[in-house]
Amino acid sequence: MPRTLRYREAIREAMIEEMERDANVFLMGEEVGHYQGAYKVSEGMLEKFGAKRVVDTPIAESGFAGIGVGAAMVGLRPIIEFMTWNFSAVAFDQILNNAAKVRQMSGGQFTCPIVFRGPNASARQVGSQHSHAMEHFYATIPGVKVIAPAFPADAKGLMKAAIRDDNPVLVMESETLYSFKGEVPDDQDVIPFGKATIPRAGTDVTIVAYSRMTHVALDAAAALAKEGIEAEVIDLRSLRPLDEDTIIRSVQKTHRCVVVHEGWPYGGVGAEIADRVQRLAFDSLDAPILRVTSLDVPMPYNATLEQMCIPQAPRVVAAVKRVVARTSSFTPSGN
Amino acid sequence: MPQPTTPSHDSQSEAKPAAASPTPTPGTSTAPSQLGPETRPSGELDHLAFLYRQMLLIRRIEEECARAYAEGKIGGFLHLYIGQEAVGVGAVAALKPEDYVITTYRDHGIALAKGMPARAIMAELFGKATGCSKGLGGSMHMFDREHNMLGGYGIVGGHIPLAAGVAFASKYRGDGKVTLCFFGEGAVSIGGFHEGLSLAALWKLPIVFICENNEYSMGTPLSRSMSVEDVTTKALGYGIDRDRFFASDVLEVEQRIAEAVQRAREQSLPTLVEIRTYRFRGHSMSDPAKYRTQAELEEQKKKDPMHRARARLSAGGYAETRLKALEEDVETEVADAVKFANESPEPDASLLEETTYSGPFAY
Repeated sequence: MPRTLRYREAIREAMIEEMERDANVFLMGEEVGHYQGAYKVSEGMLEKFGAKRVVDTPIAESGFAGIGVGAAMVGLRPIIEFMTWNFSAVAFDQILNNAAKVRQMSGGQFTCPIVFRGPNASARQVGSQHSHAMEHFYATIPGVKVIAPAFPADAKGLMKAAIRDDNPVLVMESETLYSFKGEVPDDQDVIPFGKATIPRAGTDVTIVAYSRMTHVALDAAAALAKEGIEAEVIDLRSLRPLDEDTIIRSVQKTHRCVVVHEGWPYGGVGAEIADRVQRLAFDSLDAPILRVTSLDVPMPYNATLEQMCIPQAPRVVAAVKRVVARTSSFTPSGN
Repeated sequence: MPQPTTPSHDSQSEAKPAAASPTPTPGTSTAPSQLGPETRPSGELDHLAFLYRQMLLIRRIEEECARAYAEGKIGGFLHLYIGQEAVGVGAVAALKPEDYVITTYRDHGIALAKGMPARAIMAELFGKATGCSKGLGGSMHMFDREHNMLGGYGIVGGHIPLAAGVAFASKYRGDGKVTLCFFGEGAVSIGGFHEGLSLAALWKLPIVFICENNEYSMGTPLSRSMSVEDVTTKALGYGIDRDRFFASDVLEVEQRIAEAVQRAREQSLPTLVEIRTYRFRGHSMSDPAKYRTQAELEEQKKKDPMHRARARLSAGGYAETRLKALEEDVETEVADAVKFANESPEPDASLLEETTYSGPFAY
């Protein structure tokens, strides 16, 4: 019997089930315990597991990220919560130089089975320092895995897989998805990384998205359908490893590709996908690959300007129309 | 241009170890509160001989490293431990084999002290497949799971929270192990040091933070890098125990660190220890050390703790023939390590992906 769970409840269930399963798993972060989680993801977990396994930290991301890496090297399986991924910037060295590299620089002697998780990308009017889409920085790093689920069932299954993985796994959640409801199977088990889903099939264009942008892409696809354009939406779920097979198969069918993500257009996940598609499906393409991203400026506070900066369904619709309408004349790509 | 300060016994007398322990006068070999090896049972003399052998092994390995570097057999950065041997050897001697050690990029000496084979270390430096990290880590990244050597790290201060995490795991599991975390005084200014100490203090972790104060943060003397002269004053802000002394006598290092290790093991309390030492070589092989005078260096070399240990062995009645045999044994071990490194194969490129991820490569 599938149940309807909120995204935050799905993540919480995954953590609880894995903590019940393995005594080496613990949760650490700011306000995860007594406060019940800044976004209530860990609500009730302190009462259930006690302060030894649900560990409140001071505001010291570099410190507790490093604590997690050290604990993981000697066999524990920490879940490190960043109150938001924005704050991971001060712990970047721990993820980049220690978590991601310790296996290689020890010649494979030490592994780092750790999960870093928290809400990523824009929330609502929280300004430039709290709205980063950090996955673009992290997905470039060999040695880590990066996942970004859009639906509660995926959030649960991928989180369980993240906790069981022997590598550092970075889970990009979304403040604006935490209350999103979805069906989760009672026996939801681990979902392997690197497998995208196709929440909407179509024939005219491939829209690749992940996390909250999957929902924006689905909204755009619904609007496009009313105009007779059938978009296929791919929800990546996992950014590293990336399911390029699903993307390429879809583009071979639709001959057009639009990538939607938050975060700036310079480099990033969309650029990586564009590179792979042009390399692996060059002969299938009938139009340039377009990216719909956040605008190339720090996120403004003003509500109207903020919404203008974040990718919205109408911008996705416009990008799709450009690639679908294209016949022979080349139009320089852009947003 | 301020003159670099050398450690003075006056400044040392200001240190107030929090531990109610005997405070041997630094820089002297006749510490009244400590039993000298000449008055100890013969087992103690043998122990000093063991420590002397370790110091000599480190010294000779490092000298061979310098030679191999000049020959182009070792690449990249090379930071030698020459002059500081008594710190690593004395401190690690206070541990049980199952305890953890973690350190900086100046890590060959501590790796040897932790029991890592000279062969594995030299082969790693030569970038060979038989190295401790299969030739993928290099000089700054000596790891050995079997000996609980958790590595050398190249980002100053970045390993200090990580060390606290290792100690966190010991407390979480109640395994009774202690973590020794080494770093230089140059790390005391960076955030990792403070966050690591802060959390270790808050959570009462079984760890000993050892600041190897070798006077120079690369080329910058202590007087120009810190607002206070005594590193251990940083412990006061975190409410943890502290100790501070000169690494003039390897046995004293062992004894003083043993007190901190005991505090960690029995009470699960961290300690910050500052050990004043001196590196006889530059920061790395590319550093001619022009920021200090030859006279200062020569003065420090006169106080070489390794030579002092040998003199104490002689004075204690350890036969010269036994000392010579020990020294020849070290020469054999060093020569064997260099030969082994020279003759070992290069690592295969197939290692790259399998050492980056456990399991399938994530691309």
